[in-house]
Amino acid sequence: MFSGKQIAELFLDLGITHVVTIPDSTIGAWGDAIEATPGLRLVRVCREGEAWGVAGGLSLGGASPMVLIQCTGLFESGDALRNVVHDWKLPIPALIGYRSYLNQSTLPGDTCLVFTEPVLDAWKLDFKLITDPGQLGEMREHFLDCRATRRPGVALIAEGKA
Amino acid sequence: MTFRANAPQGMPIRDAVGLIRERRGPDDVVVSSMGSAREWMALGPLHALDLVLVPSAMGHVTSMGLGLALAQPARRVIVLSGDGSLLMNLGTLVTISAQAPTNLVVVVFVNGSYEVTGAQATPGAPAARANGDAVDYVAMARACGLRSVFRWSAIDEWRLGIDEALRATGPTLVVLDVETVPGAVGPRSPGPTSERGPRFMAALGVTPL
Ligand SMILES: Cc1ncc(C[n+]2csc(CCOP(=O)(O)OP(=O)(O)O)c2C)c(N)n1
Repeated sequence: MFSGKQIAELFLDLGITHVVTIPDSTIGAWGDAIEATPGLRLVRVCREGEAWGVAGGLSLGGASPMVLIQCTGLFESGDALRNVVHDWKLPIPALIGYRSYLNQSTLPGDTCLVFTEPVLDAWKLDFKLITDPGQLGEMREHFLDCRATRRPGVALIAEGKA
Repeated sequence: MTFRANAPQGMPIRDAVGLIRERRGPDDVVVSSMGSAREWMALGPLHALDLVLVPSAMGHVTSMGLGLALAQPARRVIVLSGDGSLLMNLGTLVTISAQAPTNLVVVVFVNGSYEVTGAQATPGAPAARANGDAVDYVAMARACGLRSVFRWSAIDEWRLGIDEALRATGPTLVVLDVETVPGAVGPRSPGPTSERGPRFMAALGVTPL
């Protein structure tokens, strides 16, 4: 839906310093562009819970992290995000890939479609669903709006095949 | 299943933590959690650069420490973790060595137990393992690529070694064998996070986003 260059430029524009991530086939395609962008540091973690912890430490240390994970990783990382975002009140933004939203040919009946939005609601993460390449500006506005009000903002990116 | 320390010998955790309190530099950040946070707080007033990670997400104190070390490369960041917490997030060793912050020191207190929940055995405790063998955290850390790795079991050795460990080029892992404290409770929060977080950031000289 977006090129790595578009995403890297968006992150720079938002003042992001570190992108803490585990890839999937959509968001993972952006890694090289992010890594090649001066001012952005890619931090690879081993599981998504770590991503929130590392982002929490970065944030407390004065950096401006973005968590970049798939919705499966959101399911994996609940306790860590609860602590960082809600206990420590660090409004860390995240860009989350929504597996199978646009195409279920690989995984018909993918339960990611059942659980992703309710889980985001349950964790009180203010998300904007992005289904169209024309929504880049809306995504930017959502992140800026969330930052201005210190809310943890999520862009939920509809993905194609798993 | 509740039982006392797995380690045949180990130092008292309070003394082990006390040495870190003595030797930490004025600009060092110290992130404590679980039993080590309880002991850290019991030993006196907090420094402005102490982050007592209570409440925490178990296993993530090392991740928070890594983030702090990356954001504050000019400061030493000392992380105090339980062995149960490390086991919950072992990938952290690989994540840390991938980033290789030279300013990060992780101290793991190995008591073989989840002390603060009643000293139940971890799967790393020899007494809880089918073969009764010990988990080698030093070998694990080296295999994961940590640069400086140390282990001490007696307080006198730790006293002699602490300066070398804190001076070493990180990322550093220090494994300390400690006794389980019978009947020990978990650390109590030293105050609202909504105050402590911003105060800690102010001490670092950074402003919240
Ligand atoms: C995800 C998760 N699982 C279980 C717990 C319950 N719990 C709280 S503290 C703790 C033990 C911590 O053990 P360790 O890190 O070894 O520290 P120690 O208590 O020995 O100081 C456990 C299991 C928890 N808080 N979070």
